[in-house]
Parts: sequence; structure tokens; C-alpha cells
Amino acid sequence: MISKEEVQRIAKLARLELTEKETEKMQKDLSAILDYFDLLKKAPAKILQSKNLDGQAGNLRKDEVVSSHNIADKLIKAVPDKKEGYIKVKAIF
Amino acid sequence: MVDLTELTIKQAHEGLKKGDFTSVDLTSAYLKKIKKSDLNSFLSFDEDWAIQQARETDNKIKAGEFGILTGIPCAIKDAILVKDQKCTAGSKILENYIAPYDATVIKKLKEVGVVILGKTNTDEFTMGSSTENSAFGVTKNPHDSTRVAGGSSGGSAACVAASEACFSLGSDTGGSIRQPASLCGVVGLCPTYGAVSRYGLIAHASSLDQIGPFAKNVEDVKIVFEAISGKDKMDATSYDYKFEQKDFDLKGIKIGVPKEYFAEGIEPEVEKIIKNAIKKAKDAGAKIIEVSLPSTEFALACYYVIDPSEISANLARFDGVRYGLSEQSGSLLDVYLKTRGRGLGEEVKRRIMIGTYCLSSGYYDAYYKKAQEVRQLIREDFKKVFEKVDLLFCPVSPFPAFKIGEKMDDPMSMYLADIYTIPMKLAGLPGISMPAGKIGKLPVGLQIIGNHFEENKILSVAQQMEKLLK
Repeated sequence: MISKEEVQRIAKLARLELTEKETEKMQKDLSAILDYFDLLKKAPAKILQSKNLDGQAGNLRKDEVVSSHNIADKLIKAVPDKKEGYIKVKAIF
Repeated sequence: MVDLTELTIKQAHEGLKKGDFTSVDLTSAYLKKIKKSDLNSFLSFDEDWAIQQARETDNKIKAGEFGILTGIPCAIKDAILVKDQKCTAGSKILENYIAPYDATVIKKLKEVGVVILGKTNTDEFTMGSSTENSAFGVTKNPHDSTRVAGGSSGGSAACVAASEACFSLGSDTGGSIRQPASLCGVVGLCPTYGAVSRYGLIAHASSLDQIGPFAKNVEDVKIVFEAISGKDKMDATSYDYKFEQKDFDLKGIKIGVPKEYFAEGIEPEVEKIIKNAIKKAKDAGAKIIEVSLPSTEFALACYYVIDPSEISANLARFDGVRYGLSEQSGSLLDVYLKTRGRGLGEEVKRRIMIGTYCLSSGYYDAYYKKAQEVRQLIREDFKKVFEKVDLLFCPVSPFPAFKIGEKMDDPMSMYLADIYTIPMKLAGLPGISMPAGKIGKLPVGLQIIGNHFEENKILSVAQQMEKLLK
């Protein structure tokens, strides 16, 4: 069983505030799911190849320059806290 | 007069062409149904805008410049951006988010003149198999309102089944098109990874997400797939692929039946219906070959490491700074913690937690790296099998639509709903769900899986199966 402290540590890494009740439920659910993942240990070892086997994936990753879409105003509009076209954030320190 | 909402795309197109009715007539008929519906298949719809689109397409039709989808009313999963319309992804955190641009699939559909009726319900950020994880209520199954419509694209499946839209778009990460299609008794296609641009689809797990259509029959699904597929410079993983209509005679085609998909867990009635479909294919001259996909038993565990890992990265953007909900108290860290803590639902949080755990130092090798290795084994399984057969026939879901609430307390039991739809996703393969029979009033879907970019083979055989299963 994964410990409560472990759940809290992961929640902080994931930037999630969990209530006491949520933490307890998460402890239970995560334990069951991680136990299920033990099945993977039974899978035969496999050396990962850097190239994808599908034969197509190698072609999928060409860099492409994307032209500007002039939607900056719309993107800013979706921001909760803004001022004169800038995104406002809290001080980091 | 015929009920306009019962028409297929092809029939509606013929009617529009002959002038039997207009797109405004069609659109009004659907809107009337949507307004009366208590399924909760739509999260939002804009009546005035729909009618305005219909008027514009009527003018095009009058002018004689129109294609098969012009004037056809459709519905879009609320995880796909439609410019200037709300896009919630079924989440409180995006409750008031207005899409700043069109997804590529929407741009393509608009170009051919479809009418967008509205946005359909989904599990929050497309994570789930029942729409019960939607922050805006569950979508009920049109065949039994005490049961789920499936998910995550439950709204898109239910609205087509209930004739609230002529066709719809959904997205499939682990089964989110095929499973609700099966539970609602409609046709749903999950295309090959890369066949359809993902640009403008709110990301769930980027190595798996794929947009695809729902419709009343296979032909309609084919029409929509053809319209939305192809290379897009806005999605580097989209593939230079052009759908080519081609007929494959069911007679002589080699159909593989994976024995692992008929092991324990499948409901006997479901098995009977799928076996019956296989027998009909055999009677029609198909060659049935039992095949093995030995890594199947690891697929679900593999998926539930990879999917949440990608989620934990993709959903980091919902930080209370860039979009939607923002809890403005305390320090910047508090903004993150509180916004995400309050704005995200239980299943989304659970997957972010699993993903963060699997990617955290000390566990990465045991979980994420191992899962990537297993994913490769699964790919090789399919690769080997497709050297021997043309297509695979198997169930979509081990059971028909389940009761609302039945699986909500136990995430593992919900995950098992996708046991037959997940493995091929890990290999990036295409698959369709089509109605194959019913248990009482509950539909059961047959899944046909093909090799990469062989949608034409799947669709051609599915069309022949449709006639055999009538």
C-alpha cells in the first residue's frame, strides 16, 4: 500500500491540492492500480529500438515552420488575469 | 412526410440536391429534437448560428456548388475546437473557455459546408468510458436511459443514435469512439494514428489521440473520414495519406480472430453475437483464421502507464494562468495547487497522479520505460498477425451498456471496459465498431481492426458485413 505521505508528495509534484478525503481515496485507488502494474514485470524483456517499427513513424517527425496565425489577441482573451496585452502572474519569489 | 432526422448523409444529400427540402429544414428538424431531448448528449448548441450556417449552405446548393456534406447537420465532441464557440472538454476548469481557432477537422468540414449544430458531452478531458466523469452530467443511453452511453465520446455516439445529428465527430485515445459506438448501436471509426490531424483537439495522450467519425452506417462514416483525413502542416504527426475508395470482396478475405479476446471476462451473450458475425463472414466466403496476440494480457497495464504519463505532461498547461478557471489566492504555487485541485475532477486527478508517479525519479524505469518496451511487443504482435491476415474481427466491449453509477467507485473495473479497444491503439492501428446484434434492447458492436492506413479495407468489408447482419 502506498503511504499517505507518498500520495501527498506526488500531489505536490503534480501541482494538485487534495482534500483529506481525496488523499485517502487516492491512496486506495493508486495502490490498486500500481499493484495491477506489477503484471508488466511478467512481460518478456525487450530492448527498445530507437527507430519505430511501424515503418511510418520515422517520417512523422520532420520539423515544419508554421506561419503565424494572428490569434494572439484571442489567446490573451482566454487568460484569467491580464493587463494591456500582457499576462499577469504572481511573483515567483 | 419522412422524418428528416432519420436520413443518412447520402439520403439527405439526395433530398437537398432534388430540392425536396432545404438545409434549414434539416437543421430545424434536428434542433427540435435536441431541444426536446433529455439524454444530455449536447453540452451546448447555438440555434441561431446553426440556422445561419444552414441558410448559407442553402444558397450554395441553389447556386449548384456543393458536395456530399454540404448542408448536412453534425455535432462535434466538446474536446475539439470550433472557433468562437465554447469548448469545455467536459471540465469545470474550461467551463467558460471560448475556442480561439478552428481545429483542422473543423476547418475542413466548414470548407465543404456542413452545419455544426453544437458540442457534445465527453468525460472530462476525454478520460473515461461512460461520460460519468463529465463535469456537466452523464449522457444517457438512448436505448435505456438508466444506462451509460459509453465514453468518452458518449455524447457524439448518443446524439447519432437518437437522431439528434446526422453524424458527429469524436476522439479515440483508448476506445473513446468505438466503445460508445458499440454501446449506442452506431458506427464509429478510429482512424490510423496520423490519418487525421489532431490540431485543435484538446490533448489527452498525444501518442494515442485520434479524431474520427460516428454515423448511422458505414458509408456515412466513410464519407466523413474522407473529408477530414490527410496531412496537415499544423500536426507534425499527421501523415501524408489520401484515402482511396477501393472494394475488397469479403469472399476470400482472410479474417483473423484473436483467441485472447474470447478468454475470461467476456459476457457470453456478447461472445455469441460476435461469433455469429464471424460465422456470417465465413458463410460469405471469408477465410477465418484463429490467431494469437500473446502480449494482450499486458496491454491494459501498459496503456495505464503510458496514457497517464502523457496526461500528467499535457495537462500541466491548466495552471490557472493561461486558461479558464483561476483561484487567485496566496503565492503562485497556491494558484497552481488550488486551481487544479478545484477545477479538475476525480478521474483526471487520478490519472495525473498515476502519470506523475510513473515518471518520477526512481520509478521511471520500472513503469514508463517498461511500458514502452511492452508497447513495442504489442506492436510486433500485430505486425506478425497482419502478415497472415487482412483484418481482425473481435468484440469492442466485453459487455453491453452498463448501469449509470455501476463502475464509478472502482476505477479498475471502468478501465476494463476498454480491454479490447486499447491494444490496437498502442500499435496505432485503425478500427471500426459496427452494430452486430442486440442483447434485449442493448446494442453490441463488432470491432474490425485493420493494418495501418487500410481504412479502405475495413470500410469495404464493414459495408458487406452490414448487409449480412441486417
